[in-house]
Amino acid sequence: MALLYTIATRIMYAGILLLAVIILNFGMMHLAPGDVADSISQSMGGADEQVLNEIRATYGLDKPFIIQLGSYIGKVLRFDLGYSFFYTQPVSQLIFQKLPATLLLVITAQFLALIVGVFLGVYSAQRPNGISSHFVSFFALFGYSAPVFWSGLLLLIGFSLHIQWFPVAGMRDVTIEGNFFEETIDVIRHMVLPVITLASIFLALYSRLSRATMMEVLGSDYIRTAKSKGLTDREIIYKHALKNSLSPVITLAGLQFSAVVSGAILVESVFSWPGLGTLAFESIIARDTPTILGILFFSALVVIVGNLLTDLTLRLVDPRVRTNK
Amino acid sequence: MNNEDQYVVKARHPFAEAFEMFSKNIAAVIALIILFLIILVAIFGPTLYPVDPFDMVWMPFSPPGEEGFIFGTDYLGRDLVAMIIHGARVSIIIGVSAAFVTVFIGVSVGAMAGFYRGWVEEVLMRITEFFQVLPTLLFAMVIVALFGASLTMITIAIGAVSWTAVARITRAEFLRIRELEYVTASRASGANNFILMFGIILPNALPPIIVQAALMVGSAILFEAGLSFLGLTDPNVVSWGQVIGSNRSYLLDAGFTVTIPGAAIFITVLCISLVGDGLNDALNPKLRQR
Repeated sequence: MALLYTIATRIMYAGILLLAVIILNFGMMHLAPGDVADSISQSMGGADEQVLNEIRATYGLDKPFIIQLGSYIGKVLRFDLGYSFFYTQPVSQLIFQKLPATLLLVITAQFLALIVGVFLGVYSAQRPNGISSHFVSFFALFGYSAPVFWSGLLLLIGFSLHIQWFPVAGMRDVTIEGNFFEETIDVIRHMVLPVITLASIFLALYSRLSRATMMEVLGSDYIRTAKSKGLTDREIIYKHALKNSLSPVITLAGLQFSAVVSGAILVESVFSWPGLGTLAFESIIARDTPTILGILFFSALVVIVGNLLTDLTLRLVDPRVRTNK
Repeated sequence: MNNEDQYVVKARHPFAEAFEMFSKNIAAVIALIILFLIILVAIFGPTLYPVDPFDMVWMPFSPPGEEGFIFGTDYLGRDLVAMIIHGARVSIIIGVSAAFVTVFIGVSVGAMAGFYRGWVEEVLMRITEFFQVLPTLLFAMVIVALFGASLTMITIAIGAVSWTAVARITRAEFLRIRELEYVTASRASGANNFILMFGIILPNALPPIIVQAALMVGSAILFEAGLSFLGLTDPNVVSWGQVIGSNRSYLLDAGFTVTIPGAAIFITVLCISLVGDGLNDALNPKLRQR
């Protein structure tokens, strides 16, 4: 019952946060110089004051602030994020077009970072003064300090310009068509560099944390018991210790949704990956306000839902966090 | 001299102790020296090397070391050395002032939440949570795009998206310290809330905040680099990220126009992280025994 209650409160908080994001979006749209009427008249090549007022009336821009806000919230909740005059498409349609590419990139990168990171962390935790430990610390420092777009460009210079292993930009080669197998190989070839770049940010984070938690777990009593039972190191690590050291890493991974969005923007723009990040970048350069705010709302939605799911999953899986706030 | 003297441990000023701990960390000391040099370059560089970073001085894409241009020239034939020097100014100014904004907002919010508890804490922590769900880079991009790309706006945008970590740390420290005896004692001797918060509790909460502030300078520099790489920067100033962004189309002809400014960002932020690590060791007594 207590669990059900916490779940209900969490969902309610998520709803309030979402509402706050919508209000923030609306507020910024109002504060920013220029409105919908201006951008329509711009795309028509200019209009006089009377036409502008007519446009404002049809879009309800002459109504009081609070009524406009209400109708905006209603629209956003129906996922109507407005119309982009730059792309001449509804914003929600644009977002759903670009979403699969970003999901492909981001999910692959996260999986890679988690698997390699946890493995590196576990491996180096067993050898606190070995080379692998120094490598993890060094790599963590590098991951924190190198601008992600720079490491992406370095990979690009190294592995697609000088050694021409991978394509320079985009997601697929237009000349390869028809054959499903060849198309898949082509997309994978395009993915390699952006995935490595994006994963490198999180790899540093995960390997450092899993190394720290693993070392803590290895010092605990039940591991000593397992050792005295005569289990091998491999059995101890993978059957006993890993389970308990994984929980903080998963929590951390669940908190990265916001960082993932930021990373995706930079990485996609380096590799011209046709996803949401590139869309965000292009729409900002074009000052296409509806698209910009639509993406901001959508990514905040992803972060809120992602955090909620992580929180609920942990509560269900790990009895230690079930009841406390 | 009697025998008991050798057992007397002299009380030392905490700063002296921290300084000694810091100087034991060789990596941090070297990093601090390099940082100091970078700051000197940022301050005196433009006077000692009076080349306008916007002037076309030679043919475009002249490789490093040739024709007297140590770092070569970019796609418009501008001197990269001059651009790096002027870029250092922008990076450091934005890094430090954004960290200042971050710490100011974060400490104010965290101190209020941790000190007053109750509904104040509830409201402030909800606001903090709200700012945490906005994707940082995207939100900063939106602010800069909608309200103009001046250095002030970039600083505010970076501050607005990164204060939440400082607020959480400050709140946690305040929650811990407000229950200690010396705070109760000061309260009993008539200190008002303002004095308690900023005169008694804050000085004792400072160590982790200082470490976080140092790291904030680094992340603000990275943040500014990312924004200006995407072209969201004041067009009238040179910054490292902007040099990379404007030269990225010419990777094959002149990779060095991208690698050199990137290395400048990397080295600066790396040094800041190392100094931050050193400060953490020096200021956090719990870790000293390790």
